[in-house]
Amino acid sequence: MSVIVNQVRSGLYLDSVALMRLSREIAALDGIEEAGLMMGTPANKDILRDAKTLDATGESAAAGDLVLAVRAATRAAADFALATANTRLDQPKQSAVDASTWRPRSLRAAVASAPDASLALISTPGDYAASEARKALALGLNVMIFSDNVPLDEEVALKQEAREKGLLVMGPDCGTAIIAGAPLAFANKVPRGRIGIVGASGTGIQEVSCLIARLGDGVSHAIGVGGRDLKAEVGGLSTLQAIDLLDEDDDTDHIVLISKPPAASVVEKIATRIGESRKSFTVCFIGATHVPLHGDARLATTLKSAAELATGKRLQTRAASLADGVARGKSVRGLYSGGTLCAEAQVLFRDAGVAACSNVPIPGVRRATPQDHGHVLIDLGDDEFTRGRPHPMIEPSVRDQPLREALADPSVGVILIDIVLGFGGHIDPAGHLAALLKDRVEKGPLVIGSVTGVEDDPQPLSAQTRKLEEAGVIVAPSNADAVALALRAVTS
Amino acid sequence: MSQNRPKTLLKTPLKVVNVGLDGFSDDLARQKVPVVRVQWSPPAGGKPDLARLLSKLGA
Repeated sequence: MSVIVNQVRSGLYLDSVALMRLSREIAALDGIEEAGLMMGTPANKDILRDAKTLDATGESAAAGDLVLAVRAATRAAADFALATANTRLDQPKQSAVDASTWRPRSLRAAVASAPDASLALISTPGDYAASEARKALALGLNVMIFSDNVPLDEEVALKQEAREKGLLVMGPDCGTAIIAGAPLAFANKVPRGRIGIVGASGTGIQEVSCLIARLGDGVSHAIGVGGRDLKAEVGGLSTLQAIDLLDEDDDTDHIVLISKPPAASVVEKIATRIGESRKSFTVCFIGATHVPLHGDARLATTLKSAAELATGKRLQTRAASLADGVARGKSVRGLYSGGTLCAEAQVLFRDAGVAACSNVPIPGVRRATPQDHGHVLIDLGDDEFTRGRPHPMIEPSVRDQPLREALADPSVGVILIDIVLGFGGHIDPAGHLAALLKDRVEKGPLVIGSVTGVEDDPQPLSAQTRKLEEAGVIVAPSNADAVALALRAVTS
Repeated sequence: MSQNRPKTLLKTPLKVVNVGLDGFSDDLARQKVPVVRVQWSPPAGGKPDLARLLSKLGA
């Protein structure tokens, strides 16, 4: 008979990533069936309740309280786990920033101590992100909002306020930016160069900036705008401002725009603005089939072609072999951590006339159902996989179970994967995947993938690629090339 | 309410105030990007509606 024990610590706040890491550590202790350390918000309590780890003590927690919840085989195991968690919570944090440094407790105090601050990077829980962003704008700061779950009307209000003040809001749900060579949040250490990027998609910016680097060029700035900026309600407010900034920037010669297909009302505004620019553009509205463009602008249908058009160079495709024999099954299962990489795969299937489905379908692709056994392209960063868990780019184990299922499915001939490197991400995603592939059976599905990253990333590209190749993964130079190989394997 | 002069993003040396995930400020510090870390905790006793109201009042 399991026992559930909770403890509530008032006034102790840790960020969600730190808590998820500690939760995993506690869950691995002897006799622990499940463990969750979370702030006591209603949404988090729902997750703990669903995991059967919440008792009356945890139920009583307020949003600002930390809940320590364990389900264990014995009371002794539960008590030991809670004691261990408390010890870890009370340890001084190891950090790259000197722990003795004074830390302001508010944005206002931070700016008072550093009046030359230029940007607030906000990654609080979504409920508080708009409030913090509003404070940052009032203090004269540009804002990057990494947090998601910010209401759309708040996004519009913040972006309008920023524009009136001559400031920029990147986000909400902005995962990636590179300003003057500095990667912010999830981004890669690409060399500086003359190509500017404006992107409503984090992994889209990452793949294009890394391919630009691989083609021998570099990036002046990459400005994220958040996934909803080109919706009709927001009207491309930040995209238009970002184009203005890059248009005036002496370090930028060419501008790449990356987004899902914008609302029709927004496309014309963007196209008109491009037509007024002195600079040349590459536009990649991934999944869009027709975009009216003015001025010096070219349309790219994939992230790879966006990088090629921007640099004027072709990516050398190594003759990656398809290993021995043909794929056993005839279906492709795409297991993606990067949402835009999954969208790019769908574009290539659709344009090749091969029917596929996805949990996050682009226009012209069918929504996947649990019964689907054809070509299924899954975005593992979607909410259904990340509720109460970190994004697969932080925690690659999100892919473990779907990968095991695909490896055991006789209808699957090719498993398509992505590995996304860079700051913010897991320190060894290829090593994690390689360990999982070690036990796969011979004659199982081919595993084909690509690595989004560069050599100067915290996880060097060459070492990550080598780990994958040693594990038998066929590594293509880009996601688009990986998809092309997968299509060839199942249709030849 | 204090009204500092706005800083054009690309024409001002980057100096970041990090509010939230500590890992982001660690990454910036490792790259020698100046960063001030706010010791953030949920304001207004963890009540988002009250926090929103206070931010609109400039508190």
